[in-house]
Amino acid sequence: MATLALKPQKLATAQPKKSRIVLLLLLPGLIYLGLFFITPFAALITTSLQQPVLGGGIGQYQPGLEFGNYAFVVGEYLEQIIRSFIYATVATLLALAFSYPIAYFIGVKARNYPILQGLMLTLVIAPFFISFLLRTFAWKEIFGQDSWVSNLLRDTGLMADNEFLLGTPLVVIFGLTYNFIPFMTLPLYTNLERLDTALLEAGSDLYAKPASTFWKVTFPLSIPGITSGTLLTFIPIAGDYVTASRSFLGSPNTAMLGNVIESNFLRIQDYPSAAALSVMLMAAIVVLVSIYIRRTGTEDLL
Amino acid sequence: MSRFSLGKYLLPTYTVLAFVFLMIPIAYTFVFSFNDPFKNTTGWQGFTFDNWTGVCNNIDVCLAFGNSVLIATTATTVSTILGTMLAIAVTRYEFKFRSSTNLLLFLPLATPEVVMGAGLAAQFLNAGIPKGIGTVIVAHILFTLSFVVVTVKARIATLDPKLEEAGRDLYAPPIRVFTKITLPLLLPGIMAASLLAFALSFDDYIITAFNSGTEVTFPKYVFAAAVRGIPPEANVIGSAVFFFAIALVLVFQIGGAMRAKSLAKKN
Repeated sequence: MATLALKPQKLATAQPKKSRIVLLLLLPGLIYLGLFFITPFAALITTSLQQPVLGGGIGQYQPGLEFGNYAFVVGEYLEQIIRSFIYATVATLLALAFSYPIAYFIGVKARNYPILQGLMLTLVIAPFFISFLLRTFAWKEIFGQDSWVSNLLRDTGLMADNEFLLGTPLVVIFGLTYNFIPFMTLPLYTNLERLDTALLEAGSDLYAKPASTFWKVTFPLSIPGITSGTLLTFIPIAGDYVTASRSFLGSPNTAMLGNVIESNFLRIQDYPSAAALSVMLMAAIVVLVSIYIRRTGTEDLL
Repeated sequence: MSRFSLGKYLLPTYTVLAFVFLMIPIAYTFVFSFNDPFKNTTGWQGFTFDNWTGVCNNIDVCLAFGNSVLIATTATTVSTILGTMLAIAVTRYEFKFRSSTNLLLFLPLATPEVVMGAGLAAQFLNAGIPKGIGTVIVAHILFTLSFVVVTVKARIATLDPKLEEAGRDLYAPPIRVFTKITLPLLLPGIMAASLLAFALSFDDYIITAFNSGTEVTFPKYVFAAAVRGIPPEANVIGSAVFFFAIALVLVFQIGGAMRAKSLAKKN
């Protein structure tokens, strides 16, 4: 899928031409992005600085320069902000640990069996084909109060009778991990698929143990795949609010940044707070992504 | 040799178990599409085919499904056309702001849905545009566009530019080179991109929730229903979409494998 496309380009631009046609090709798309991607960011920033209309009703704001909105949301929602980044980090690492062996198996071990490879890749992306909400709901039922999983945990004494699985950080992080696993597996696969196995043989010829061949050869070579995988997983998780919502796996105690933005914007109509939180989330992600890409040296991600 | 046999069996076993794990919610949804709904809302109540034969007895879920198909079809058509044009421009042409254009095309992929949804909603709010199907389509074109661009770009990267050169050498006008050589070669990439765009649009909840007002799409229907329990008809639609998509992917894969084989024979 899209993630597959993130592999560095092989032939790329053979011999780029100069032509007027390029304007015709570019303009419609760029105008669209200008109108509906750039200006919305401007709208978010201006909205985040709005102030309430004096004597106005709910959801009535006027243009302003109320930088205090940022201080307010940080004070009010610091817990959810920190939680979002912790959950997203843990879930991303879990997805990496889960996906790496699968990606290695499909990309390296199954390399000589293209049909098997194709089938396994289909299985990896299969969860994408069932609705995101339906698969999250399935886990809600599986972890529900009267489900056999809960009963098993209670029977074995691992969980008290008055305890619930749903609404705990554990189950929310589990759900986040599950939902975004394909985003991790695919870029890892595209990277490992191109791993030169002669290098692994060289390692074992030189009497390196499999573990040290892995850490000295395979792992460093797979860092571009790990970079795009972790970014593609971390970013949507940091903004997700379905998994952690009370209707699915979460509770008020697991609310994330996305949940706060959603409730401020769509329910209590506090648009400036929702906008300020969105601007901060986006700024944090832009900073993180640029540091991360510079550190791992994978500019060709673009 | 013990470590080799360990590696030999451990990795395949793990992979198989991982696939089983990945399939759990899919299996759950499929099984519960046969649940008899007439007694209670949650839990297994008994087997029935009624949900499959009479999906539209639950008219709400069918209307929501119809809306989602309409939105996804329109959004996919527009974003596939715009995205393909952009992909060709940034890979095949030299122009002044190419690297900043590439960055602009990458940025939507790095933007969390909640930010994109809130930004568009803030803009519609400021401009006084009422939310509805139209605003949802605008939003879906936006967030699928970059996915189309990266997918088509990847396909262009694998094309041999000599084929187009050959066309030009034989005095074919640029339009003819494009329609007879470039476009047919790009077609698998464009098809894959539009499938992806359709799937993303059809399944989107977050951006839709911010920009749809009172219009209900299939994901919005499921979200609202999740508080009490999902009606089995929704599981029927989810399962049917799943099998349809899997069938499509397999057809593509087998088609690709056969094409590769026949090419190998010719050479």
